[in-house]
Amino acid sequence: MARRAKLVAQGVAVGLVALLFILLAWALLTEEGGDLAKRAARGERPQAPDFALERLDEKGELTLSSLRGKAVVLNVWASWCLPCKEEAPFLEQVWRQNEKRGVVVVGLDAKDFRADARRFIKRFGLTFPIVYDGPGDDIGGYGVTGFPETFVIDREGKVVEAFAGAVNAKEDRERLRAAIERALTT
Amino acid sequence: MRFCALAVAIGVLVAPGVAAAAQPPNAADLEAELVCPVCETTLDQSTAPVAELMKKFIRERIAAGDTEQEIKAALVADFGPGVLATPPKSGFGLLAWLLPLAALVAGAGVVVVAIRSWSRRRVAPEDERALDLELERLVDEELARFDG
Repeated sequence: MARRAKLVAQGVAVGLVALLFILLAWALLTEEGGDLAKRAARGERPQAPDFALERLDEKGELTLSSLRGKAVVLNVWASWCLPCKEEAPFLEQVWRQNEKRGVVVVGLDAKDFRADARRFIKRFGLTFPIVYDGPGDDIGGYGVTGFPETFVIDREGKVVEAFAGAVNAKEDRERLRAAIERALTT
Repeated sequence: MRFCALAVAIGVLVAPGVAAAAQPPNAADLEAELVCPVCETTLDQSTAPVAELMKKFIRERIAAGDTEQEIKAALVADFGPGVLATPPKSGFGLLAWLLPLAALVAGAGVVVVAIRSWSRRRVAPEDERALDLELERLVDEELARFDG
């Protein structure tokens, strides 16, 4: 009887370790964010993780899925990020030039004070939709490692191109405009 | 007289707590209890821009007369519960405090069961010796019968 109980206990212990191993492997294999930018760079079009976040520019919530059918320029920023300040007027320009062509620029303010973010919006006269993710829970799915990062998403919600760092250099801005055109032709 | 002694005793016990509650929160203590959302170390260990803004916010709120709980609640409202270095002792956060205790109790139970199991095994050799004596007696009987 004691031997049987010992065998059962050993079986349970081995089973638990195997289960933990399977969970770890599953978590590593299904991790969406880490390779999103790399996959987009390889020419794949990975699905952009959906989000439902509070808006800072007006009342209510915005989901990424509600923008299906439009090309989206998703810019992850924070008011304390210096390159974001340089980039903000360019993004406003992209929004104003492309709004009527079915392009939406969405600012995603993360790891920031709401009040500071609102001051930033006012200071730079941003008129495109801005959502707030204070804890930064939703940017993990995009594999964001620094600020700012920008993702161009096509009409089907798939990432066409990702930019780590500010889109401030002339060649990066041309790359962004080209990515918008690709996102629109989907 | 007894009433006066009781009042003095209560006063002595309660006064430090009241005095502590009346004191403004300490910025250094709060910085050690809050986490920078970017580098995920406590604020006192971080020089990240957002951590510096949070330290400034704490100093401003202390100057404005906010309590420790009010300052923490304001930061949680913007940065989420992950900004607290230790989980809250309520709601889901309570699990983080209770689970180690539960694990300790379960571990103690396992130790008790294991000790009982081992102490039972120690009795076994005496039983075996008793069995050996019985066998020895039977063998002696058989030999005696054989000799007879």
